[in-house]
Amino acid sequence: MSVLVNKDSKIIVQGFTGKEGSFHSGQMIEYGTPIVGGVTPGKGGQTHLDKPVYNTVSEAVDKAGADTSIIFVPPKFAADAIMEAADAGISVIICITEGIPVQDMVKVYAFLKDRDVRLIGPNCPGIITPGEAKCGIMPGFIHNPGRIGIVSRSGTLTYEAVDQVTKAGLGQSTCIGIGGDPIVGTSTKEAVELLMNDPDTDGIVMIGEIGGGMEAEAAHYIKEHGTKPVVGFIAGKTAPKGRTMGHAGAIIGGEHDTAEAKMKIMAECGIHVVESPADIGVTMKKALA
Amino acid sequence: MNLHEYQGKDLLASYGVAIQKGHVAESLDEAIAAYHKVKEESGSDIAVVKAQIHAGGRGKGGGVKIAKNLDGLKEHAGNILGMMLKTPQTPGGLEGEGKLVKKVLIAEDSYVPNFEDCNELYVSIMLDRDEKKNVIIYSTEGGMNIEEVAENTPHLVHKEHIDPSLGIQGYQLRKIAFNLNLSKGAQKEMMKFIKNLYAAFIGADASLFEINPCMVTGEDKVIAVDCKVSLDENALYRHPDLEAQRDTDEEDPTEVEAKSFGLNFVNLDGNVGCMVNGAGLAMATMDIIKLSGGSPANFLDVGGTADAARVEKAFRIILRDPNVKAILVNIFGGIVRCDRVANGIVDAYKNMGNIQVPIIVRLQGTNADIAKKIIDESGLEVHSAILLQEAADLVKKVIQ
Repeated sequence: MSVLVNKDSKIIVQGFTGKEGSFHSGQMIEYGTPIVGGVTPGKGGQTHLDKPVYNTVSEAVDKAGADTSIIFVPPKFAADAIMEAADAGISVIICITEGIPVQDMVKVYAFLKDRDVRLIGPNCPGIITPGEAKCGIMPGFIHNPGRIGIVSRSGTLTYEAVDQVTKAGLGQSTCIGIGGDPIVGTSTKEAVELLMNDPDTDGIVMIGEIGGGMEAEAAHYIKEHGTKPVVGFIAGKTAPKGRTMGHAGAIIGGEHDTAEAKMKIMAECGIHVVESPADIGVTMKKALA
Repeated sequence: MNLHEYQGKDLLASYGVAIQKGHVAESLDEAIAAYHKVKEESGSDIAVVKAQIHAGGRGKGGGVKIAKNLDGLKEHAGNILGMMLKTPQTPGGLEGEGKLVKKVLIAEDSYVPNFEDCNELYVSIMLDRDEKKNVIIYSTEGGMNIEEVAENTPHLVHKEHIDPSLGIQGYQLRKIAFNLNLSKGAQKEMMKFIKNLYAAFIGADASLFEINPCMVTGEDKVIAVDCKVSLDENALYRHPDLEAQRDTDEEDPTEVEAKSFGLNFVNLDGNVGCMVNGAGLAMATMDIIKLSGGSPANFLDVGGTADAARVEKAFRIILRDPNVKAILVNIFGGIVRCDRVANGIVDAYKNMGNIQVPIIVRLQGTNADIAKKIIDESGLEVHSAILLQEAADLVKKVIQ
């Protein structure tokens, strides 16, 4: 059931005792997420939110059996935190942090390439498998356990899609916020592939935005290997060329970066492309009928 | 963040990259003094006057002139300083109002010994998002628009990806030099040029270096005649010296002001303003405005905290644009509670007194029902909605 995180995950929080980390850890624990502890260098041995604090990720892996980490550390130290988690043997790393320098991520990507680890993010809302594990900053209550997988580069736009899917009488298997930076650990295609291979997912919502070639790559994968209906939307049809629209990665550089170009390729590859972001839920419902 | 040409050249020179030398000037007197220095250093009467604004195509708008002597220098510097320079890249293009030129770079004539013996090439460095590596793009066809070169003669545009763990290697430098068809002497110079240029790119956490033209002189020297430098905003904390060179006059004043209040704002030319939490939802909201028959007047991400002070600031900024005929507020409350945002909107509205344009507020998520009640019972001219489609229908209704 579901992908990446579930009720059996052993999750730690890096940046556990910080302001952001504390607040969201509290929310995640309240949701029922299996958090086994946290890491804050120098605070090892303490207890925070009734969970043990470790000095290093490797200590958390040894003592608590951690296999998943969610990162809330500030941008200056986030690249280092990702590499620490990967080196300690964590298999799913979710980095929420926004504002990591691009060249840091170039190095991180190269560091992770030959390791057996999956990075989600950075600059993302996280992952949720409703009813089992909320590994992120999304509001838990809008989600319902179900069989629709959601992949998105954005935060609140993902919530919008989730809400529409729930209101259409459907629920979610796993929602993956891959992040809005120019370099993210998991591409749209990789996230779609995980859901396409998940026996507990019947349909996929894929939300992209201007900038980069990730949606076209995913569309070509879907054309070749797709076995489930995919509903797609690209935000930024009205965005001007050459301006960064909030997300560092949302910028139209060339012709293939535009929403129109991406939507065209997606439609050609058999994706149910919606022109209006208000039609995501109803279109999914229709596609499944 | 973008640098001016003269700032970019200083950065390159600090890494040992050979540049077209020059001195910057803010007045005619300074320009004359700069000319004398350039003349002394280069041993030539000829100098180039280059307008310093953040836009390409300066030559097309008359922002780059060759001065053959002091009289020519006075004439050109006098004309360019203070002019509203229009280029294809300034707002509105060649038909727009242009950008005020506050500084000129007085630069040496780099076409030595003469124009015919010089060779203009193209070199740029940027991130290849698909490969997740930095890439050096280079071509023998310098001095012109590289996008056109890539379109018409793709075989003349080469790419070299750099391994992030190892950095640029000797064989890559040799390959670049060979592909550029250089003489033996110039090859060595080019390899040194590229090596230092890449070091500068990494050292400054740049997101773009574009050297066009990169010139090989008749004396086999390789120099950056022009340079466009963009830096990674997220890495500026490592480079306070570069951040200090930010020229906010080159940025939209409203956008600069919005940023100081934690608002991510981009000015557009439509008739419906919008205020949204989250960048993706903000873009989607702009799209829905368009589908409803309007046109977005801005992009505005209010971020995670939409309190009264911030909402009021956002309203004031949006309403400064006389073209705005309606405002759509679209908030998906997660951690942010919608009732708090609704109270913020009501307070801001009351503080501001008389808002002349209709406001549509769509609040969804945490406590959305309570929020709608707050808006509906406030007695204000505010239309409330919960579903995105309802908001879209309201936009259509009010702009008709």
